[in-house]
Amino acid sequence: MREAMDPWTFVVAAYAIGVGATAAMVGWSLVTMRRAERRRDDSRKR
Amino acid sequence: MHGFANPARFLRIARWLMPLCMGTGLAVAVLALAWGVFVAPAERLQGETVRIVYLHVPSAWLGMAGWMGIAAASFTQLVWRHPLAGIAARACAVPGAVFTGVCLVTGSLWGRPAWGTWWVWDGRLTSMLVLLFLYFGWMALSQASEASDGAENRAPAIFGLVGAVNVPIIHYSVIWWNSQHQPPSITMGKSAMSGDFLWPLLAAMLGFTLLFAGVVLARMRAILADQQAEARLRRKALSEVEF
Repeated sequence: MREAMDPWTFVVAAYAIGVGATAAMVGWSLVTMRRAERRRDDSRKR
Repeated sequence: MHGFANPARFLRIARWLMPLCMGTGLAVAVLALAWGVFVAPAERLQGETVRIVYLHVPSAWLGMAGWMGIAAASFTQLVWRHPLAGIAARACAVPGAVFTGVCLVTGSLWGRPAWGTWWVWDGRLTSMLVLLFLYFGWMALSQASEASDGAENRAPAIFGLVGAVNVPIIHYSVIWWNSQHQPPSITMGKSAMSGDFLWPLLAAMLGFTLLFAGVVLARMRAILADQQAEARLRRKALSEVEF
């Protein structure tokens, strides 16, 4: 007997996880870069 | 090639290349995913679940490409001692691990409706899981070696080269062993896929690859800036002690 599964549930879950993880990684890498470059610039001024 | 090993020259290039890669990558990836979800047709046997391919295949490719990046940077670090090689390897590790994780999760979400199971211990899935553990091991080793003496440390570079053995195993696993996973649909110069699926897939691969390159460049800039700030603060602290 075949289970009745809604394929869109799996598609939406895959996209939410994949797109969410990619967006989080891009955002985190940009924030980390800005923070590190600000710290370097501050160390120059001191 | 040696010219790019100069951090100042690298930073000059990365300052315009990073936003270009990220901006173009984001636009291409969003368009490709929209094409895959809203325009591309459903597949005859798998139905709507085939749309997971537009995320699953680019993340699998980038999971493997990330480790090849680590291996190439490790080789460069060991042979030519490029000052940026170790930084490039460190910058590849996190995005490589993230895409490997996305590949495993999206594959599992695809496997449940397509195969009737979330997971099977076959060659492809297991070697991909091994790749994720290799990334975790590499990151732990890299952090430990950095914390131990801060000097050039070769252990992560050797691990990066040895771990590269897993990449061809992942690729050929579906050819060498019986697998639940399908054999490669795209090989050099030919494709078993219809253009309806192939073009949005290639566009997604291009978009995510550009995003990956942008993240690697951003992480390299962050690591370099951290090192420069640390060096400057250390010099200042030393000069204050001398007075």
